[in-house]
Amino acid sequence: MQIFLFLLPQLVLFLSVMLVFGIDLMGSKEKKWLPYLALTGAVISLGISIYLYGWMDFEEGTVLGGMIAIDSFSLFFQIFASLVAVFITLLSMAYMKVKSPYQGEFYSFILLVSFAISLLALSSDLVMIFIAFELLSISSYILTGFFRHDPKSSEAGIKYFLYGSLASAMMLYGMSLLYGATASTNLVEIARGLVGIDPSLNWVVFPAIVLMLVGFGFKTATAPFHQWSPDAYEGAPTPVTAFLAVGSIGAGFAILIRVMITALPEFQMNWAALITGLSIISMTLGNLVAISQKNIKRMLAYSGIAHSGYILIGLVSWESSVLGTVFDGLSGILVYLLVYLAANLGAFAVVTAIEHKTGSNQIEDYAGLIKRSPLLAGTMAVFLLSLIGIPGTGGFIGKLLVFGSALRAEYYFLALVAIINSVVAGFYYLNVIRYMFFQPLDEPAREEIQVPGSLSVVLVLACVFTLLMGILAQPFIHFVQTSLKLVLS
Amino acid sequence: MNFPVLSAITFVPLLISLIVLIIPKSKENLIRWASTILSLIPLALALYVYYVVQADPGTMQFREEYSWIPALDVYYRMGVDGLSAVMLVLTALLSTLCLYYSIYTVKDRVKEYYFLFLLLQVGMTGVFVSLDFVFFYVFWEIGLVPMYLLIGVWGGKRRIYASIKFFLYTLTGSMAMLLAIIAVYLNTGTFDILKAAAAQPFANNLTYAAVAFWAFFIAFAIKVPIFPFHTWLPDAHTEAPTTGSVILAGVLLKLGAYGLIRIVLPMFPEQFAYYSYEVPIIPILAVISIVYGALVCMAQWDLKRLIAYSSVSHMGYVTLGVSAAAASLHAPGADPTSAIIALNGASLQLFTHGIITGGLFFLVGMIYDRSHTRQIKDFGGLGVKMPYYYGIMMVTGFASLGLPGLAGFWSELFVFRGTFAVIPTFAMIGIFGLVFTAAYILWKIIQHVFLGEFDQEKWDAATHNAKITDMATFEKVTMWPLVILMVLVGLYPSLITRLLNAVSTVLLNNF
Repeated sequence: MQIFLFLLPQLVLFLSVMLVFGIDLMGSKEKKWLPYLALTGAVISLGISIYLYGWMDFEEGTVLGGMIAIDSFSLFFQIFASLVAVFITLLSMAYMKVKSPYQGEFYSFILLVSFAISLLALSSDLVMIFIAFELLSISSYILTGFFRHDPKSSEAGIKYFLYGSLASAMMLYGMSLLYGATASTNLVEIARGLVGIDPSLNWVVFPAIVLMLVGFGFKTATAPFHQWSPDAYEGAPTPVTAFLAVGSIGAGFAILIRVMITALPEFQMNWAALITGLSIISMTLGNLVAISQKNIKRMLAYSGIAHSGYILIGLVSWESSVLGTVFDGLSGILVYLLVYLAANLGAFAVVTAIEHKTGSNQIEDYAGLIKRSPLLAGTMAVFLLSLIGIPGTGGFIGKLLVFGSALRAEYYFLALVAIINSVVAGFYYLNVIRYMFFQPLDEPAREEIQVPGSLSVVLVLACVFTLLMGILAQPFIHFVQTSLKLVLS
Repeated sequence: MNFPVLSAITFVPLLISLIVLIIPKSKENLIRWASTILSLIPLALALYVYYVVQADPGTMQFREEYSWIPALDVYYRMGVDGLSAVMLVLTALLSTLCLYYSIYTVKDRVKEYYFLFLLLQVGMTGVFVSLDFVFFYVFWEIGLVPMYLLIGVWGGKRRIYASIKFFLYTLTGSMAMLLAIIAVYLNTGTFDILKAAAAQPFANNLTYAAVAFWAFFIAFAIKVPIFPFHTWLPDAHTEAPTTGSVILAGVLLKLGAYGLIRIVLPMFPEQFAYYSYEVPIIPILAVISIVYGALVCMAQWDLKRLIAYSSVSHMGYVTLGVSAAAASLHAPGADPTSAIIALNGASLQLFTHGIITGGLFFLVGMIYDRSHTRQIKDFGGLGVKMPYYYGIMMVTGFASLGLPGLAGFWSELFVFRGTFAVIPTFAMIGIFGLVFTAAYILWKIIQHVFLGEFDQEKWDAATHNAKITDMATFEKVTMWPLVILMVLVGLYPSLITRLLNAVSTVLLNNF
């Protein structure tokens, strides 16, 4: 019974996938309400997962043969996944209606990737992880290449697929090595197997860690495994880009955290060193390349790579002994993910609205946006300021926690790189604000931009979230700190 | 529970800005007058705070403390002593004057302008009253965004360059400060500014203390600005709209100096003293700012840029005064009175420079609105045509060069009197700044702009036949409160110094 209740949000999501897909297949002419059906499914799943989080007590542990972990960390990501499903569906409604006739397929895949996110986050066995990982990846490839008549979209899909397959293969190889070393695929068992392991086996475990990091680095768009992301972001339908930027990355961090902390605490020294390197490369490369981008989706792709770098700091400075105190790193990651979810989704909602109207994603076409649509310009400014980390927005709290954890764990160099990068990031985010507010319209008679209703909902909610997390951060941090219970050995 | 006066001073402008947001865009006059008149509320409250605090200016009063983010140990802490009370009055006064002046001068995007300006006031006021590091930092950064937009939207020709430069410079400093704040928290276990100072963070680890000291120092030095971090200032001041320059010079620069006095000096006295006496980097930078800033003014032909550089020079006195106070800790035989005098001079300079340079920027804005040029060479002989303006400019200019009887004299006197007793070499070099200041104000401003024959042809050519009119009523109304204060403080400095002296004494006695 407990398992059934615990998996109810996933079941609802999966049922909605089937329902949307099935009804679409029946061939009824009226497909206008399919998006609303998908939305209903996502909202119900969100409601149930919030209920489970807040009002149910689950016995912590692994179930179904050690495949699934029941803990508050899983519940957190169930909420995260349902939120992603709700917001991406809302984001797509107006945009997809004109762009594609294949409504049913699109929404069922959106629900399917959200299902995959939550499945990935609660897997506690390498086999399960790989299945969920592939489910997420393959659905993402399809969504990225969804506009099959648009060469950019197809190219993005293929490129994403090729990189992804390679990354998956390497990750699988790493997993098999880990299995070879410990004779188990269960994360908890692996952790037990690694305690006091014969030092000669280190030469199996090290490559395993490296290879698995390739897979996770791919999913989290961490440099140097990021090459797919700018092209995929640019070519994919914009709501899918938003999903890749938020949902996919969130899932990647969920599983990265779970594998590293549950299975490999014995080797923290080793993976922390590797991740420190990844973090520094990601922050620096992402921010430096973002400066020269002319396309806003590409710019957000590179800035996303940089943000992955900031988030990794939290994992590097994790220590089990300080969990739940100020600056414990892990809560920094989860807060940062929430903040990033709100700000990035909001930013992509603005991008969607503008592309919907003007068909352009060039930053220079944002000139004079304040005159054309104060709502878009105003909310976009809030989202960008949050991504910079200005106080009053959630981004500040995220940065405070992550940088604080680096200092607490005495990673001074990492903290220094991070703050220098924050200033660099300020430059290109401000550049967009500059276009929106300072640049006069080249053609004075450009029409106003009307924002579709479903997009306005996303915009307003994301904006309220972003500001609330900055001003009344306590409930969010509290929520995150109670979500830090992972199944450990 | 007592009425939360400080919260009211800080957040009433926010409330007004929300009211502005509700008023429809087309009712521009309503927006203008409503925000100006309502901004008298924080001004009145600030005067009330000043009145109450002067009874016992050495202690923190009007304390407010609520838990804000318990998970991070962050509190909503406010309090004022004499120094903050003086700065509060300055902030509220200049804000109200700017809002009033804008009624007549800002024609474009009025609603957004007033909204942002009031938001800026929230940020500035908040810095002066907050007693919690994170809270302080929040206000410190919040002011950045509206100022950036004010320069970028309403500024001059190179406004985009200037605004980005301003933002990035300040952001760099802020980020350094953020790390330092976290480090202090991890060391002392509190974000409370007063408790952290009392705990003397990193007292047992000199390397860390030095790093944290420099992180704070650079963050504040960029804002002050101290040479070589000053290069954002001429651009930002020159390109900002008149009111933006007034607020930048009048209040924003003071935030940095206030941080030096309120946070760095009490928290890292050993490091401050070491870098002021044994390895005198700070006084060296201060005198470079003073002398170099004044020399650049001598060579400057753009009136607004000239006054911008004069701020670099004048804020150098503040740095010099603070570093002299710090150096007294290590200088053998330095008497504590001199240190207190130096610190008094520095903090008085915050106030006097605020009203004087604020006034100068108003005056430059007035002549620019008429002529649309800032080139000093385009002017000449204006004394005949604009006698009233000439008179006001004389008073303000003389106050700026430190004429006895006007406000600027006392702060400079105190700074040099204190500094001579502690680090005389630097005082001697710095005194050249005074000479150059007198030179550029008399020669550049008074002589080139006002004296000589008025050449109608030159004026017409330079300004495209602009009409010359003397000061309008609203311009007089804007300037008079500042002029009165210059004379009042010039004749009776204890009006302010009584409050500052108590704070300085407490600060330096705690060493």
